[in-house]
Amino acid sequence: MKHLDEYRDPHLAGKLIDKIKALSRRPVRLMEVCGTHTVSIFRSGIRSLLPPSITLLSGPGCPVCVTATEELDKFIKLGRQKDTIVATFGDLVRVPGSSSSLQKERADGADIRVVYSTFDALDIARRNPSRTVVFLAVGFETTAPTIAAAVKEAKKEGINNFYIIPAHKIIPPAMEALLAGGELAIDGFICPGHVSVIIGADAYRPVADKYHIPCVVAGFEPVDILQTIYMLLSQIEEGKAAVEIQYRRAVNFTGNEKALALLSEVFETCDAPWRGLGSIPDSGLRLRDNYRALDIETKFDLTVPRTQDHPGCSCGDILRGVKTPLDCALYRKVCTPSNPYGPCMVSTEGTCAAYYKYHD
Amino acid sequence: MKHDRILLDHGSGGRASHDLIASLFLPQFDNEFLREMNDSAVMIIGGTKLAFSTDSYVVDPIFFPGGDIGSLAIHGTVNDLAMRGARPLYLSVGFIIEEGFPMADLKTIAGSMKNAAAEAGIVIVTGDTKVVPKGATDKVFINTAGIGIIDPDVNISGQNARPGDKVILSGTIADHGITILTCREGLQFDAPLKSDSAPLNTLVAEMLATSRKINVLRDPTRGGLATSLNEIAGQSRVGIRVHEEAIPVRPEVQAACELLGIDPLYLANEGKLIACAAAQDAEKLIDIMHKNPYGRDACIIGEVISDHPGKVFMKTIIGGNRIVDMLTGEPLPRIC
Repeated sequence: MKHLDEYRDPHLAGKLIDKIKALSRRPVRLMEVCGTHTVSIFRSGIRSLLPPSITLLSGPGCPVCVTATEELDKFIKLGRQKDTIVATFGDLVRVPGSSSSLQKERADGADIRVVYSTFDALDIARRNPSRTVVFLAVGFETTAPTIAAAVKEAKKEGINNFYIIPAHKIIPPAMEALLAGGELAIDGFICPGHVSVIIGADAYRPVADKYHIPCVVAGFEPVDILQTIYMLLSQIEEGKAAVEIQYRRAVNFTGNEKALALLSEVFETCDAPWRGLGSIPDSGLRLRDNYRALDIETKFDLTVPRTQDHPGCSCGDILRGVKTPLDCALYRKVCTPSNPYGPCMVSTEGTCAAYYKYHD
Repeated sequence: MKHDRILLDHGSGGRASHDLIASLFLPQFDNEFLREMNDSAVMIIGGTKLAFSTDSYVVDPIFFPGGDIGSLAIHGTVNDLAMRGARPLYLSVGFIIEEGFPMADLKTIAGSMKNAAAEAGIVIVTGDTKVVPKGATDKVFINTAGIGIIDPDVNISGQNARPGDKVILSGTIADHGITILTCREGLQFDAPLKSDSAPLNTLVAEMLATSRKINVLRDPTRGGLATSLNEIAGQSRVGIRVHEEAIPVRPEVQAACELLGIDPLYLANEGKLIACAAAQDAEKLIDIMHKNPYGRDACIIGEVISDHPGKVFMKTIIGGNRIVDMLTGEPLPRIC
């Protein structure tokens, strides 16, 4: 048996589904925070196997989707600067800002390059010393440490044409903001796996303690997710609100010390704009003074006019879990993956794209 | 938000390509051959049934494990002809070469085209060479067009899938797509990845010698298995149900796909075919395919159904159900 086979085993999955059905007595709403979980749930057909009493909601855990329009407009404005190369993760190129997208800018001649790691962007900077190379630092705690490492390396090597736009987001404050908003009834969180490898499961204690919501950190295979749902149901039935880890093969309670140390050496928290959630205190990362010179906004003025999302686009409500794509007037009618109106339809991990791709 | 420019997505082989063809090219060139939207056009000339097809090759990198742009340019067009049940005979080759391109590389490419043509039993009978200033193209682009002969009683088309047909896949998926993607990005994996680029005309000939109840053949190139199945479902106005556990993916390909967050169902293949064939002949076809090196891993992955015309469904490994959509846009690796 290969490593992952047991997590896709139909017999194990079948047993868990039976246990979930036996335990599920009343309607519960569970939110999977992470976009990778959303996709895994759809791809494996888990929704078609759960009893109707369990509703799965998709949360704000797709980094592209929660990137605010004003941030996207900044990225687009950056692409129009002379002698500038914009390096980005692939997901971002199709996301529409208020009037354009990186993809359209590329067709118009902007030098936009898709990279797989910040270190690729650093390489581009080394090879193009006469041009300004900017990495769009989008993502959660999962990608932030590698970006911190690249920033540190650039400073150490004295690569003076490498910059980033810090647009990182931190997950736990967003979960708290969702609950504090009061418009959303959630009975449990399926907590992100990759993010928790870095930050540790203890990061969710404020959510569990303050709002009395059970939190279980989940792996990404079908059996992982089913077991997580079972663990959440057990807590709900017993009236508990604890932080538990299902994804024990990768996650502990305290996180990755080295990565966290690197993060806090390079970045400090700041308020950050989230699509659909507005500005959330201490939910973003900016470069510390020692590294501030690598922030491209110290070189270019990237101020953009205040923007509005497309009228009718429900991405904000969908990211907060108060609407599903099926409640959106644009979904499937005019908003499709090839003609997206909002980010949830663009990113492969966006809720709308997942519904479009996998939901009949 | 309508597009006023061509985007890379328009060349992805997925939905954007289809929309472009349907909205821009078809209205201009409309005729009964094009309307079929098959891999090759089929026409009768002087009582002989001919298949005619063309394709351009712009792969980057031009050399990759398992082949190069030259062998791909032969295999691709040979396969497009074979997917109508044709015996490919003659090929044209057009080169567009960037100024400064190394002569030695061109020689290597021509050599591998010679070998690929010899293996496929096809003859290159006409050609064209253009050189453009540096920067006006990327290294070398190749166009090939080919013709082949179809037996009068063979009628294979994307429109011919019938409810009850079995869906056969000739082997593992995503080998070519993942190889190109990882080469392009300079990613290294422990287990070597290799393109499956191969001529499928002999395999098709052996299948046709075994059964005349093959209704559809399609090579799932750009857009991958998922897109080709959707095309067949749409063209034939049928539903298709596939079983996830039956679809073969090499472990190293699966691992690379998982690392990049890319679904192998959407990655290109260059040496695989999908067949829809009458259920009673399916096992017989599988047996004969297993004897051909390019059909060694052939298997039945699903069936054609009358419900939900135009849609493709998948029974997942854990027993769930979901739909399988076409590719929209180039597969992009995820952020986290």
